[in-house]
Amino acid sequence: MEALIPLFVAIPLISAFLIIILGKLVKGLHRILGPATLLALLIMALFSFTGLNQAAHIYTMGGWSSEGGFPIGIYLVLDGFSVIMLCVINLIGFIALFYSLSYIRKYTAEANYYALFCLIVAGMNGVVLSGDLFNLFVFLEVSVISSYALVAFGVGKTELEASFKYQVLGGLASMLILLAIGLIYWKTKTLNIADVRNVLDAGYSKPYYIFVQVLLISGFGLKAAIIPFHAWLPDAHSSAPSPISAMLSGVLIKAVGIYVLIRLFFNMFVFTHEIAVVFTTLGAISMVIGSLLAIMQWDLKRLLAYSSISQIGYVVMAFGMGMILIVKGDNYPAATLALAGGIYHMINHSVFKGLLFLNAGALEHRLDTRDLKKMGGLSSSMPITSSTSFIASMSISGIPPFNGFFSKLIIIIAAIDGKFYLLAVLAIVVSIITLAYFLKFQRYAFFNKSPGKALEKIREVPFAMSFSMVVLAFLCLALSLLAFPSLREAVLQPALQVLMQSELYSTTLLGI
Amino acid sequence: MTVYILCFVLFLVGLYGIITRRNLVKIAISLSIMEFSIFLILVLIGYVDGGLAPIVDPEMAGQVYVDPLPQAMVLTAIVIGLATTAMLMAIAIRLYRKYKTFDIREIKNLRG
Amino acid sequence: MEGMSIIVKKVAQLVAGLIFTYGIYIILHGHLTPGGGFAGGAIIAGAFILLILAFGSNAMKLREEVAGTSNTESVAILMVVILALMALLFGAKVFFANFLDKGEPGTLLSAGVIPLYNIFIGIEVAGAILTIFLALVIFKEESSK
Repeated sequence: MEALIPLFVAIPLISAFLIIILGKLVKGLHRILGPATLLALLIMALFSFTGLNQAAHIYTMGGWSSEGGFPIGIYLVLDGFSVIMLCVINLIGFIALFYSLSYIRKYTAEANYYALFCLIVAGMNGVVLSGDLFNLFVFLEVSVISSYALVAFGVGKTELEASFKYQVLGGLASMLILLAIGLIYWKTKTLNIADVRNVLDAGYSKPYYIFVQVLLISGFGLKAAIIPFHAWLPDAHSSAPSPISAMLSGVLIKAVGIYVLIRLFFNMFVFTHEIAVVFTTLGAISMVIGSLLAIMQWDLKRLLAYSSISQIGYVVMAFGMGMILIVKGDNYPAATLALAGGIYHMINHSVFKGLLFLNAGALEHRLDTRDLKKMGGLSSSMPITSSTSFIASMSISGIPPFNGFFSKLIIIIAAIDGKFYLLAVLAIVVSIITLAYFLKFQRYAFFNKSPGKALEKIREVPFAMSFSMVVLAFLCLALSLLAFPSLREAVLQPALQVLMQSELYSTTLLGI
Repeated sequence: MTVYILCFVLFLVGLYGIITRRNLVKIAISLSIMEFSIFLILVLIGYVDGGLAPIVDPEMAGQVYVDPLPQAMVLTAIVIGLATTAMLMAIAIRLYRKYKTFDIREIKNLRG
Repeated sequence: MEGMSIIVKKVAQLVAGLIFTYGIYIILHGHLTPGGGFAGGAIIAGAFILLILAFGSNAMKLREEVAGTSNTESVAILMVVILALMALLFGAKVFFANFLDKGEPGTLLSAGVIPLYNIFIGIEVAGAILTIFLALVIFKEESSK
């Protein structure tokens, strides 16, 4: 199974450039090659998920195994946490690509879109699989630069301005990350994540590493759109084409933002109490401010973008609570529950936020507007869009029996178990506010009285778009089954083991 | 130590340029200046006093070489910086075509 | 865009060949001297850019050229990934391994697969920089009409 690991990066790279070269000779090749590539990646990801067997698989690129205990090659690591992220990335990627088979016909230069989409998936797969700090940076840049181009894809006024703002802030964040990697290399003389942990276990100077950790939180926090680094997100996610908004908001801010933060802070750095408190505070502030800003929006995709900030705040807060409880060292069951809630909410948010952005794209495809005041009464003329968006809105607000209810419940129970009563109250209040603005979306888009005769002639969206939306809505219901303890253990336990026993990452990797 | 402080001053010069300049092209150039200062810090991290260039000569063994790993990192990062600058410039000239100006005070379509 | 005066054209013709040869030298000796694929590719692109700036072209001719450079760049990247995947078949059967014969250190034909990587990366970087330059020039030409 180790032989599959480099293929996750090589296959999308090859197909991206094949689409560019052969797209000029064979018309319509991109419509076959793109979905075929992502379907192959999805099958490989599900196969790796079932064949994991609770151990970490390591792939040394170039065959450079460790000499005398020091790893000198670049490692690609597939363990419990990476395989969950791989499944999510490739699943949402395949569904967004299938959706864009009919959505992108409005734009010109379709072949470039599919090539850039394959590159963004290749970059994210590389970030999730990488076991080496600089390799992570290179794949991070590959995916992020492709996303700059995809945000500006339909070259209108708002898209270009949003892409420029996104690029300047994203470039600043990448520079901070590179500076932090340089500072880590200076003191530890190694770039391998497991080896850095090994060196840090032997003793380190605390103020230096607190500075490095603050730089990393700023850099990756900007990629993950935590408050106060969120300024690019509403513009970029609302101006991009809708399947790209689903990819950005559903997968990119998790794969290159939160996943890397969790991997570095749990498995590379030794826990400190101050950084854990910073994490929890930033998460709680993002949760509250994101939802308060979302209530005021009349532009549909800006509302969804602000709601992304709020839900990512939930995830960061859950991981922060887990860190504080592990540092205090007295309440391990509550810490495991908090981490499980965080990972489960991350998976759920990809599914229902992807579905919401695809719905917004369907509405834009038929109505040519994103303004909620101009829509109304569409529940009879667009039944599939209306019912799937109802399911997604109920999921994200935390209504049983959909999946959002269970993940938020786990986070709130973990907060009460760990005696974070203020955070539990904030989580419940923000959930009620989320319900408020999603009811606003549902009412103004679907269940209001129709404001004019022009909206009477709206038909349903084409097959590719409705198929993707129905699949994601089905997953919203199916993922709620993960709340049962037996299924939750089977799916999340490898990831939790990697995070809870964080020293095992470095010892298992260096022993091999 | 003064060398690192000078590189950090260059970083702050780039940051000042991003914050205060109004022309799109000047913002892109300031981002490039910031990137180059980080590259300088990375290469200086690998410097060893009295070291030679890291090309191994098989006749003379036991020499002290400068650390080659930061040099490899900086080579890759320079190419990434090239791609970033090219993207920024492409967006900047398309913005000029739409708005007929490079001034960011005029390009404020997105609010809220 | 228009070309420049006759002196610039003659000097550019003389010097472009030298710059091109220098770029190829840097790429080929990448495992012996500093440089390698990236630096050599940028130098080769510089030679072509010098010729385009000195002689000028209209937008139609440049558009054919950009199709050529874009294809060159994509083919070179595909060759790099295929070389990395070919390592899965020979030698140590690991992705990205060095599977060719390594020869004597210090000579030109040594270090296994590294000179091949340098050549393909050099072609790729030259193609990429040329494509970016040509795309920006074509855009300016079209928007100024």
